[in-house]
Amino acid sequence: MDFDDTPQEAEFRARCRAFLEQHLEPLDPDETSPNMLGEREDDAAIQRAKDWQATKFDNGWAVLTWPKEYGGQGMGRMEAVIWGQEEAKFKTPPAIYGIGHGMLGPTLMTHGSDEQKAQYVKEMARGQEVWCQLFSEPAAGSDLAGLRTTAVRDGDEWVLNGQKIWSTGAHYCDWGMIVTRTDPNAAKHAGLTYFIVDMRSPGIEVRPIQQINGASGFNEVFFSDVRVPEGNRLGAEGNGWQVAITTLMNERVAIGAGGGGGRLKDLLTLARESRRGGRPAIEDASVRQQIADFWITSKGLQYVGYRTLSALSRGGTPGPEGAIGKAVGAPLGQQLAAFAIELQGAMGALNQDDLVPMEAMWQDAYLGSPGLRIAGGTDEILKNIIAERVLGLPPEMRVDKDKPFRDVPTGPPSKS
Amino acid sequence: MNLEFSEDQKFVQQTARDYLSEHASLEVCRAVLESDRPYDPELWKGVAEMGWLGAAVPEEYGGAGLGYLELVLIAQEIGRALAPIPFSSSVYLATEAILRFGSDAQKKAHLPRLASGELVGTFAMAEGGGDLDGGDCATTFSGGKLSGTKIPVIDGDVAGLAVVLAKDGAGQSLVLVDLESAGVTRTALTSIDPSRSQARIEFDGAAGEVLGTAGEGAAAATALLDRAAVMMGFEQVGGAEHALEITREFTMGRYAFGRPVASFQALKHRMADVYAKNQIALSHGYYAAWALSNDNEELPAAACGVRVAASDAFRLAAEEMVQFHGGVGFTWEYDCHLFYRRAQLTSLALGSPSEWREKLIQRLEQAA
Ligand SMILES: Cc1cc2nc3c(=O)[nH]c(=O)nc-3n(C[C@H](O)[C@H](O)[C@H](O)COP(=O)(O)OP(=O)(O)OC[C@H]3O[C@@H](n4cnc5c(N)ncnc54)[C@H](O)[C@@H]3O)c2cc1C
Repeated sequence: MDFDDTPQEAEFRARCRAFLEQHLEPLDPDETSPNMLGEREDDAAIQRAKDWQATKFDNGWAVLTWPKEYGGQGMGRMEAVIWGQEEAKFKTPPAIYGIGHGMLGPTLMTHGSDEQKAQYVKEMARGQEVWCQLFSEPAAGSDLAGLRTTAVRDGDEWVLNGQKIWSTGAHYCDWGMIVTRTDPNAAKHAGLTYFIVDMRSPGIEVRPIQQINGASGFNEVFFSDVRVPEGNRLGAEGNGWQVAITTLMNERVAIGAGGGGGRLKDLLTLARESRRGGRPAIEDASVRQQIADFWITSKGLQYVGYRTLSALSRGGTPGPEGAIGKAVGAPLGQQLAAFAIELQGAMGALNQDDLVPMEAMWQDAYLGSPGLRIAGGTDEILKNIIAERVLGLPPEMRVDKDKPFRDVPTGPPSKS
Repeated sequence: MNLEFSEDQKFVQQTARDYLSEHASLEVCRAVLESDRPYDPELWKGVAEMGWLGAAVPEEYGGAGLGYLELVLIAQEIGRALAPIPFSSSVYLATEAILRFGSDAQKKAHLPRLASGELVGTFAMAEGGGDLDGGDCATTFSGGKLSGTKIPVIDGDVAGLAVVLAKDGAGQSLVLVDLESAGVTRTALTSIDPSRSQARIEFDGAAGEVLGTAGEGAAAATALLDRAAVMMGFEQVGGAEHALEITREFTMGRYAFGRPVASFQALKHRMADVYAKNQIALSHGYYAAWALSNDNEELPAAACGVRVAASDAFRLAAEEMVQFHGGVGFTWEYDCHLFYRRAQLTSLALGSPSEWREKLIQRLEQAA
């Protein structure tokens, strides 16, 4: 039992820092942590992200856990986490590779043919082309297997028609990974097939969607007679669900690792600088109690994450327990932001950087936080996962499981 | 970083699990709860023979010479079994206080008897409600004599030795007192959890001796509570895990509306919440146990973390346990109330969770 770095880990951490110091400007330790789901779509920012990725790739610091033949370093998860912790102490361009490197790359390595792996994986690591995940549809989110975008074989090509939605980054991405329905007569999970799709293909239209917080990180993507070569099929025809599961399992690992430590420091600072009852708010007992609870939950999630990491680095496989990090951490982020805004009193209702404490970062956090409770598995779906796969409680009733998919009813969302 | 317990440590835990499932079923807890007996002396003897009372005591003082990483895992099993014995008072508090602050002579005099179970120890700090740590302390120690009233003292009626916090000149001191000596009057009190006894102790010029440095008792008591909080945290997590297991079994077998009640999503999600809270508490426990076992400077904040997380987790697990059992959950006959009571007792034993939240903020402020 040891929470400290081993000598090897400490040595690796020092090497990370040395490289980072050569290339990036360190963050001021008191600087507030950057926002999630904020603006990140301008071309210059994307280009900076690509340049930084190329620098990492050329110097052997990209996708550390991937095998060397695919541009990685064949390292363990522990090294990847140490790298991540150190990189977070520097000013970095926006993170645009989470989906590709965290989820899609591992899916390609698991299910891709040798040609597909040779063609795509190393390039994905170098990051000059960016990848997006085309899973959700207007009528298929939590119930992903209810998707309706079709792919029909035509000679040695497939023809795709339908619509995807909430596709993060699709507007700047070069490649997408998509799940389609190839057999509407089969049962829901059986008739699906997974493809790699070139986002520049004729017939693809990407329309950005504006989020609650004003940013447009995600998109609607329309497919009209989009032709995809047979060589871009990933996994067997009708086996798309199994391939998609690989992607989703990796998503949980990628999103899972909790934290929020930086935010708590900011919250304490805010409480010292805000007033309540004619005194600094930090002197108010109810404020102290609430911040203590936030600290305890947030630190607890961090230690839960460390335990998972420690088990993984000893050869374990990621299990459904990983869902705790997001199921608890995402709502916590929202509660923290709401509490911080309340500390600001009437000024909390403004969202103007030059007037509101900490440049209105809590207002941004509050407006961005609902997205994290929905993306990558909603709070409710994650609790189902914990209940069913960790505790072994009975699964949800499924009325559509064994019917041919064409007989399954649907109700796409509509604005009334 | 390596957050695994060693194979040897896991073996200690498994041995404890096996022993207690044979000798400390919930019926053993219930038997004490329903009788006038303050604890189960048979189980106490057995636990002593297993070497657990002196797990962290060096061999030269009659202990097993293991460490805190072993002791916390034993504590988790004690908690799981709701063992009706003065384990926490004697081991986490009295033994720990002497180990930490005692002179060599005091260690020689008391540790072997505490480790063998022949002597039960406890810690007397509270004087009524309010804060435990830094609260009222009217008991005085002067000229070698102790005077004043401590209430409540867990296991105060069964212990032979107490570590007492008392005013001593300008400061406070920890004082060792033989509870069977003249000038000590003990009254058993009605406990919210009768499987764990509580008492009022009146000192009227009882003979005592200072433990540790005279005048520095307040800081020593604070440090002692931090250490005990870690071990108690594991005990609480053990109880919470067991409560969730029983709740799961029950709800899987209980049918309503043609399906197991465990299939209703309201219950599934709340059991997921209980599980998440238990894991968060256990993970705080790992961190705090590591800090305790190597006297790390992180211990004061880590102790607050495990103390609050484990108290909250155990209470939630026990409250939901009663609720998810429906009507039978509210009966004396079912075991839910054993957990419900123990969760409340353990969450108040070392100072309430709100007191520890306040301590945490003070400690974070000092660190900043
Ligand atoms: C910021 C953001 C980024 C995203 N990025 C991507 C992306 O890059 N690629 C992509 O494919 N998708 C992406 N998504 C989509 C995301 O995966 C879905 O929004 C999510 O899975 C929920 O699906 P839905 O929106 O259809 O809601 P629904 O599934 O319709 O859910 C509506 C409500 O019903 C609840 N619900 C549904 N089923 C159950 C159940 N069985 N039990 C209890 N409650 C239930 C949900 O929890 C929710 O509260 C993104 C979403 C967001 C918000």
